[in-house]
Order: sequence, then C-alpha cells, then structure tokens
Amino acid sequence: MGNLTDFMNLGEAEISALKLSLAVAARSVAMSLVPAICIAWLLTRRRFPGRTLFDAMVHLPLVLPPVVVGYLLLLLLGTRGPLGGFLDRHFGVQLVFTTLGAAIATAVMSFPLMVRSMRIALENVDRGLEDAARTLGAGPWDRFVTVTLPLMMPGVLAGAVTAFAAGLGEFGAVITFVSNIPGETRTLPLALYTALQTPDGNATAARLAMLSLGLGLAGLLIAEVLARGLRRWLGR
Amino acid sequence: MLSVNVQLQRGDFTLDARFDAPTPGVTALFGRSGCGKTSLINVIAGLTADGAGKVCLDDECWLDTPADIRRRAEQRHVGYVFQDARLFPHYSVRGNLEYGARRVKGTVTAGLFDDVVALLGLSALLARRPGGLSGGEKQRVALGRALLSQPRLLLLDEPLSSLDAARREEVLPYLERLRDHFAIPMVYVSHQFDEILRLATHVVVMDAGRVTATGELGSVSRSSALQAIVGADAMGAVIDGRVTSVDAASGLAEVAIGQGLLRVPAGSLSPGQDLRVQLLARDLILAVTEPHGLSVRNQLRGVVRGIASSGGNDLVEVECAGVTLLSRVTGAATRELELTIGTPVWVLVKAVSVSGLAH
Repeated sequence: MGNLTDFMNLGEAEISALKLSLAVAARSVAMSLVPAICIAWLLTRRRFPGRTLFDAMVHLPLVLPPVVVGYLLLLLLGTRGPLGGFLDRHFGVQLVFTTLGAAIATAVMSFPLMVRSMRIALENVDRGLEDAARTLGAGPWDRFVTVTLPLMMPGVLAGAVTAFAAGLGEFGAVITFVSNIPGETRTLPLALYTALQTPDGNATAARLAMLSLGLGLAGLLIAEVLARGLRRWLGR
Repeated sequence: MLSVNVQLQRGDFTLDARFDAPTPGVTALFGRSGCGKTSLINVIAGLTADGAGKVCLDDECWLDTPADIRRRAEQRHVGYVFQDARLFPHYSVRGNLEYGARRVKGTVTAGLFDDVVALLGLSALLARRPGGLSGGEKQRVALGRALLSQPRLLLLDEPLSSLDAARREEVLPYLERLRDHFAIPMVYVSHQFDEILRLATHVVVMDAGRVTATGELGSVSRSSALQAIVGADAMGAVIDGRVTSVDAASGLAEVAIGQGLLRVPAGSLSPGQDLRVQLLARDLILAVTEPHGLSVRNQLRGVVRGIASSGGNDLVEVECAGVTLLSRVTGAATRELELTIGTPVWVLVKAVSVSGLAH
C-alpha cells in the first residue's frame, strides 16, 4: 500500500508537466477549432480549383514525421523565419521556446484529425433542413448559425475532445520546434522522455506513462458521452 | 397571377414547363413520379441554382434570366412544405413555428400565431420536439411553420405522400381549412388525383418534363393529357355544383350542376352546400332515343360535342345543361348509334355511382 501512494505521489516537476500538457492541449484546440470548421466547410461544400491539393496539404501532418513538421515550423516561425521574424519585430511575440509555440505545434499536428471530424459532422447534416431554413427567410450566415452548426455539434465536440486528448501527448513536433524547457515547453511526453534519459528515472517515467494513459482514456470516454448526450438533445 | 416559364437541364432530363395560374387559388401540379414536378417547384422557390426562364407572381419577378434577375430563395417569401416535413430537430415545435415568423420583414400580422396554431390544432404539441411526433403531426407543424413566415406563395410538395391512408385523411381537412381561411396562392404537387379533386381549382398536368395540359380542374378533367396519366378507367368529368335539396324519404339529394339537376345519395349532405362531383366516364350510359322504365335516377338531355378514340373505345364529350360530361363507350357502340358531333343524346347516370366531395 505504501508503495502505491509512493508510486502515485507526483512530484512538483511532474505536476508542472501535467498542467503544461493540459494548457498546451487546451490552447491548441482553442486556436484550431474555428479554422477547422471553416476548412471542413470549404472542403465539403465548395468546389474550387486546387481543392484536392488543398485537401492533401491539410492532411500532410498526418503522414509527415512530426520532426519534419517541427522543423518546418522552426523555419517559418523561428526568430529568423519570415513569419516568426515579422511577429518578433512588430509585436515582440516569440514562439520558439514558449508555451504558445508548443500549442501551435500541437495544433498543426492535430489539425487533420480535427478537420476530419468536422467534415464527417458536416456531411451528416441534412441539407434539406438548410433548404427549409432558406425558404423561411434565413440568409447564409443565419442558416449556418441556427441550423448547420447546432446539428454539427456532436461531431464538433467529439473532434475537439479527441484533438485535446491527442494534443496532450504531442512529442516530436513540440520538442523540435520549441525544445524541452521545464515549466515552459516540457509537457507530459517530454517529461517522460527526460525521465528516461535520467538515471533512476524509471519510476517517474512509469508514473507519467500511467498518467498519459489515464488522460487519453478519459478523453475518449468524455467525447463519446458528450456526443451521445448531444445526439439525444438533437432528437436523433 | 403566377406566371411560370422555366427551362432546366439535368443530364438526360429536360424540364421545359410553362403555365399561368390564377391567384389566389390552389394550382395542382399533377404527373407521374419523376416527371419534373419537384424540380419545377424548386426553381419556383429558388432552391435550384440554375434553371432559366421566368417566374413571376403578379408584378414581381423572382426569376427572369433575360433581365438577369435571380432572387435568392430567402428573399422570395415562398412558403415550402416538403414531402418529408424537414422540421428542425433541435428546436421545439414552437421554435420551428417561430423560425420563419421571426424572419418576416415588415409588419407581422398580429394574432397570426394563435390563429395558425388553432387552425392546425397544434396547441398541445408546442412544447414537444419534432422527433416524437407522428407523420401527420409533423406535416401539420410544417404547414404552420410555412404559413407563419407569411409567404406570398405556398408550395406544397406531395405533403401527404409519406403518410398512410388514415394519416392522409387526418391532414387533408387541415389543408382544406387553410385553403379556405387564408387567401395565399398555393401550388400543390401530387401524383394522387383524389387529393387534387379535394383541393385544387386549377390543374397543370406534366409529363416527362413538359406541361401537357393546363386549365381549370373541370376542363382538365376531360383532357387526353390527363387520360395519358390516370388511364381511361379513372377518367371522368369533374363538376362543381351546389346541393339544392335533400329528401330524407328517398335518401337522395338534388345537386344543381349548370342549369341541370343531378340526383345523388344524400349521405350527410345538407342544402346549400357546395359539392364537387366526379362522374366517371365508364359509369355514364348514352342513348339516342329517350329511354323509359329504367332504374337510373339521372337522365339528362345533351348533345355530342366531341369523340376521341383510343384503344377500341371512344371517349364521348356530351354537353348537357351547360356542363360537359364524359362517357366511355365502345367503338362499336359509337358506330351503331351513329354518334357524331351534334347528335342529340340522353345521358344516363346511376345516382349511386356519383361520389361527391364537399368543397
């Protein structure tokens, strides 16, 4: 029994990693939710030249090694990168080595996942209901807000929770882009990796692994429960 | 007047439909499934992005491709009742009813909500979600929702076709009430002629994307275009009349049609009531001399006005007492009786063969 309390007794560094992971995942979901809905809408509802290429680009993070994504972000958003330099000079915003940078790397990695759920959600919306709203005098934005979006909600929430759960564990892109700084960018998987590199770090690594497992499972369960509740609310 | 002249191409299917319909009134679009009825009203509603031609209601044109006018569906003020109701599942019945009402620009008619709810019997349903409603209830809510958007034109796309016979009978009276209570022009799409008999004043018959007949129900009821769709057995002149007297002793009622009288089973008829009757052509017997000693209750004098042959049988148009009736006889009978245009005849109609529709 003593061993178990000992085992689950998280140290300060581990609690910091847990909090940081939650913060990074939450921010990444917050920043990718609206763009994901917009892009899902574009990809399902609009036909435009270059649509297939655009679709492939959105899905790239899914097939690229995360290290490559982190490296590309570094090239683009690093202080010497075109966008990163601009942000640094004009707004004093630095992304490298910061929690915000970690959130951006996480958001880019989980973006295809998010877009995919939004697309499925959107495809499940009966377009006949949107037509009905049109005949009742609702313009495009009005229809989207009052009909399409509420009916998409189960998929949107499921997508957000899944992306959040996946975001807790983003490793390669984060460590490449924003490095491994305690309290700033050292999230759960990075802390786990660090523990494995440390002599006598095995117990810490095991604890962190258990924690990640629990969080991931909880995330998936919450997503399912939420989706079910919403579907009931929608009367389906 | 609703004036429609629309062309639309969908793969192999060509829609090329033109008709004018008086307003207010119920114009039925009648034709087989797949003849383009729904495509046509989708163009009228503006739900179809393409489609060329003109759609005008009175002096307002919603579509006029020569003049480059294509009004958005949401700006046409057209109420649309879909085959499958299409209620918003995430709103209550009240929320559905108010959806269109909230988006009405300008003056909202006071008391309309209560009026519509009462007329369609929706008060007990207001708090419920559409998911738990029966098919008939859903269609009533859909009707109410469309009405409350205060449309200039109401389009009904086979609103009863997804319902079983009992549910249809439940919803039909509501449609009749709504027709009589509001002066909103309606376009009613159906492939069931009995619904049209109950509701329509004007009929547009469509076949393979084209309008094959258009006019008042009475004249269309005798057209060959209609026969092409319903078949010879279902053909019969439709006549609007009025019950003049009911004789409880004989169980017969007298109905004034044109300048003549028709005896029909009294049933639940009452004097003064408007009655629409369909006299099936196969039930009408023609005689060239005045017949005597027959059980037939109706014996009307008339003159042959037209003969159309199809498949060995002739459909004979007879004008009697200001109305035109249809009788189906064999080609042999036509020859034997030497029927031609202008031949004076007696038309025999069994009272029990007449089914009247309160109108």
